[in-house]
Amino acid sequence: MRYRVTHSTKYSYSKDVSLCHNVAHLLLRNTPQQTCYLSELQITPLPANVNEWQDLFGNRQASFSIQKPHDELTVTSISEVEVVSMKSLFDGIYPVSWEQAVNHLQTNDNAETVDARLYTLESGFIEFQAEVASYSEPSFTYGRPLLDAVEDLMHRIHVDFTYEPGFTTIATPLREVLQHKKGVCQDFAHLAIACLRMQGLAARYISGYLETIPPEGNEKLRGADASHAWFSVYVPNQGWVDFDPTNAQLPAEQHITAAWGRDYSDVAPLKGIVFGGGEEHKLDVAVDVERI
Amino acid sequence: MLSGAEILCSGYATNGGHDEMCAADGGIRNHWHYLMNSLHEIGAAGLQGRREEAWRLIRENDVTYNLYGDPSGMGRPWKLDLVPLLIESEEWRVIEAGLMQRAELLNLVLQDFYGPRNLIRKGVIPPELLFSHPGFLYPCTIMPGTNRIAQETRALTFYAADLVRDSNGQMNVLSDRAQAPSGAGYALENRLVISRVLPSLFRDSHTHRLANFFRTARQSLNNLTPREGEEPNIVLLSPGPANESYFEHAYLANYLGYTLVEGEDLMVLNNRVWLITLEGLRPVDVIMRRMDDSYCDPVELREDSFLGVPGLTNAARLGNVCIANRLGSGVLENPALLSFLPELSKCLLGEELRIPSIKTWWCGLPAERDYVLDNLHTLVIKPLHPGLGFRFRFGSELSRNELEDLKLKIRARPHLYVGQHSVSMSTVPVLAKDGLKPRHTVLRSFLVADEHDYMVMPGGLARVASVDNSLIVSNQAGGTSKDIWVLATEPEKYVSLLTERRQAMLAPDKGGEVPGRVADNMFWVGRYAERAEFFSRLLRLTLQFLETGEATESLAFKQLLFAVTNQTGTYPGFADQNIVNQPEMVQRELLSVISDGMKTGSLAQTLGALLFAARSVRDRLSSDTWRVINDIDNILRSLANITPQQLVDVLDELDSLITALTAFAGLTLENMTRGSSWRFLDSGRRMERALQIARLLQSTIAPVTDEENETLLSDSMLSIVDSMMTYRRRYRYGINIPRLLELVVYDESNPRSLAYQLSRLEEHVTALPSKQQQAGNRSELERLALESATMVRLADVNRLAAAVNNNIRRDTLDNFLNVLASRMTSLSDMLTATYFRSAETPHQLVRLR
Repeated sequence: MRYRVTHSTKYSYSKDVSLCHNVAHLLLRNTPQQTCYLSELQITPLPANVNEWQDLFGNRQASFSIQKPHDELTVTSISEVEVVSMKSLFDGIYPVSWEQAVNHLQTNDNAETVDARLYTLESGFIEFQAEVASYSEPSFTYGRPLLDAVEDLMHRIHVDFTYEPGFTTIATPLREVLQHKKGVCQDFAHLAIACLRMQGLAARYISGYLETIPPEGNEKLRGADASHAWFSVYVPNQGWVDFDPTNAQLPAEQHITAAWGRDYSDVAPLKGIVFGGGEEHKLDVAVDVERI
Repeated sequence: MLSGAEILCSGYATNGGHDEMCAADGGIRNHWHYLMNSLHEIGAAGLQGRREEAWRLIRENDVTYNLYGDPSGMGRPWKLDLVPLLIESEEWRVIEAGLMQRAELLNLVLQDFYGPRNLIRKGVIPPELLFSHPGFLYPCTIMPGTNRIAQETRALTFYAADLVRDSNGQMNVLSDRAQAPSGAGYALENRLVISRVLPSLFRDSHTHRLANFFRTARQSLNNLTPREGEEPNIVLLSPGPANESYFEHAYLANYLGYTLVEGEDLMVLNNRVWLITLEGLRPVDVIMRRMDDSYCDPVELREDSFLGVPGLTNAARLGNVCIANRLGSGVLENPALLSFLPELSKCLLGEELRIPSIKTWWCGLPAERDYVLDNLHTLVIKPLHPGLGFRFRFGSELSRNELEDLKLKIRARPHLYVGQHSVSMSTVPVLAKDGLKPRHTVLRSFLVADEHDYMVMPGGLARVASVDNSLIVSNQAGGTSKDIWVLATEPEKYVSLLTERRQAMLAPDKGGEVPGRVADNMFWVGRYAERAEFFSRLLRLTLQFLETGEATESLAFKQLLFAVTNQTGTYPGFADQNIVNQPEMVQRELLSVISDGMKTGSLAQTLGALLFAARSVRDRLSSDTWRVINDIDNILRSLANITPQQLVDVLDELDSLITALTAFAGLTLENMTRGSSWRFLDSGRRMERALQIARLLQSTIAPVTDEENETLLSDSMLSIVDSMMTYRRRYRYGINIPRLLELVVYDESNPRSLAYQLSRLEEHVTALPSKQQQAGNRSELERLALESATMVRLADVNRLAAAVNNNIRRDTLDNFLNVLASRMTSLSDMLTATYFRSAETPHQLVRLR
């Protein structure tokens, strides 16, 4: 499937900003399932400089600075990608059990496994704690095939947790999400990742987009899509498999990957420091995912 | 017959471990004989004298070390023991070669960690060791081939190693310092002090000099510049005066001739780093970094850092600025690396590691973890990073419960801990009150990248435990320090360190590069110094009344007490009649206005603020000025110890204080070049004096009373503003208010008059670098200064002296002074907004923590 993704972020400040330095993870990367034909940033006002490089995770990262007074900042990324679905790893003849996967990560030293071990550790938003472990355990029964266990975990999160925008912020700790059983896609992805890593598995955070399909007979609304987040687990000798706990789906052709990392903080779409701008600012985000 | 050395060391009882001076049989090692004989010849009394001399030098140069978490730990004097630690040149050659190899090795490791990470990919270093260390800064990785400059230059410019000698006499590295190694400046200062108090001993001992090390450091930093062919602009980036080794930051900046800056003095524009000076932006090519790297840039590193420079990581990534040490170099301080170094040395250098590290077990490996858990009670446990809760624990000092607790922590996150062999450190002789005593020591050696290699400072900093048998050797724990003498086999060509120092300091003229923060501090140094002097004069006069008991019942005295409260702003104070009417309460209140450092507005608090502001610009004040500042510090300390019964003693202290403050004023007037720094300092002084005079006139001259009280008050006022003699010379008889106002308000030739202050202020404001480029137009600031000066010049003293509406106050004078005071306040605010602070504080676009 081929898409055009438009992701627009607009900051309106109550006072002029005299200078800002930003970094963005808004340019789309290539993945085994995804080829990116075009990805570019349109920034208003025109920045004094834009620089792009590849980060440690292989994502495309861009920095830019605006050096003249402005009270509005709009950053729009426009990308064209093609996503193909991957051969399912679920029906292998000899499915690897989750314990085998853990053991493999600990003992094997081929380059891919060593790379994956980065994603077994605690990170900024992924803190190991007893509550997470006890939530995770029921899915990881003795000898269970890895992908079965992870799929079960995904379904449990989907059932146990309510999707409630506005209840959490980016900085809400996992402990609170677990306590109130509410959150958004970032929270569910972070929870699943914490569960997997506490079992000794490698799991990473994926930030991207999801194509939404309007109910039968309805016109698709512009800007109604949203940026999305899910997670991926490492299957020894085979690669990474994605799971979407928010929708209890195995991402196929409708999930478009922007970037991945240990957690949200590695791939925040846009962050930065502004000088001035007053106390208040308003934020508008619009995302469009269209088939082309 | 016993030699002098043997007599001196006869009471020296080592604890059986390795001692630097005494061999196992108790005899003094050969290379220590000369030193000990000489110290014996100097004799106990002589040594005491030299000790006091060293102490005096340290106080005078204000060599300080700040203790964290202790308000009185600010500006704590540095500690130095007279007896140097001696190392023979033969042994030194071995240490030197070992350290050079180690620096080279760590440099390669650093380049690999932030570059291709082959050490991880090939399984030499387990990924957990690197990726879970908070010192590994993900945004600072460089994709191979993307940044030529960052890859070609050495990653590790400065490196220091903490060395300990074990019971077999073998030197071991206890830990590596690669983030922003501190101590080289203290080592240099130690050397200057010791060579001054033991000059002939130092001269005859053939000790290697330190100057070359700093010359090489300068050269290396020069070579890092991204702009070839031009004289590079280099700054020393410090987290500020609250940092433990801020003294050293200022000291090294001066010695090396670099501008000392804090984060807010720098900004990134067009992907380049700029120094914000009063005159405009100056490009920065190289940053000598003394700030921890994670705090250096809130855009890409710690988002909640207020100390850093937004955009710095990107400027460095693009190669437009070079930072030494490079951002991310703290990753080398990971103690888990110690156990991998022998392997790394073979792998990267093809050599055996020359200097061993203290035996270290990283719990990230199952077998090592089990060993550590089984032997916890005999080991030293360290987390990978001090940010993980503690720096170290001696297993032997933990209770059973504490051990179990620690085991749980290690089992939960084994890769975050190491166990380290608890080493028996060697001892060195320390000169205590009752003779020489052995104390455990850690040696810090300093290295700097040379063109093709590393250079080791031939000497260093020995840190010594504060008590017998203690293994805790740290300046934070109250230890002392020693100079390290590496003995040359033959005398080195004589290079005077002092000449060296002067040359280095004269090299670049940074007079023109005054960051706004410096100007701000200068301005407040001027204001606080003047305020303190004014308060001292007022308080001294008030105490003199009390002491003689003269006129203490008079209205005038009560009015003077009110002036004390009004001038210092320490309300309610003497505005409360209950206090004024009870002599005991009067004494208590006066004492608290003088010596209570916690009381806002008190003399003690003002002096504290003066010292803090002065310390923040210590690299801009001369050493003579520092001597005076230390006198002020000493007086402040003795004021704090005075009880109400000794109130009279305060008079002596106030006399000394006024002398010191006058000396300070004189030094800044006579010894500073008339650059922007001086203009701001003097503006502060003038503005403050104008404000104080205005306020004093309001409480002493504005009230209308009888002739006797008015005379008393006028005399007091004239004596406080130090214009009594002039007045008497001119007018001789009695008090005439218009004449008095003429002298104190109107007369521009009297340096204590309002008119004089305002005309100086006008001059300064006009001469300051212009911020608004409006040809032919005066800036707002100039307009306000001119307006205020004109207002005073046009003042009619007869009208001011008259009481118009009633016979209680001279309201024309009152109003006049009110307007003037409020203009001074506006002028101060406007100066601040124009020159000192960027109007905007940076904040996060998205709050991530």
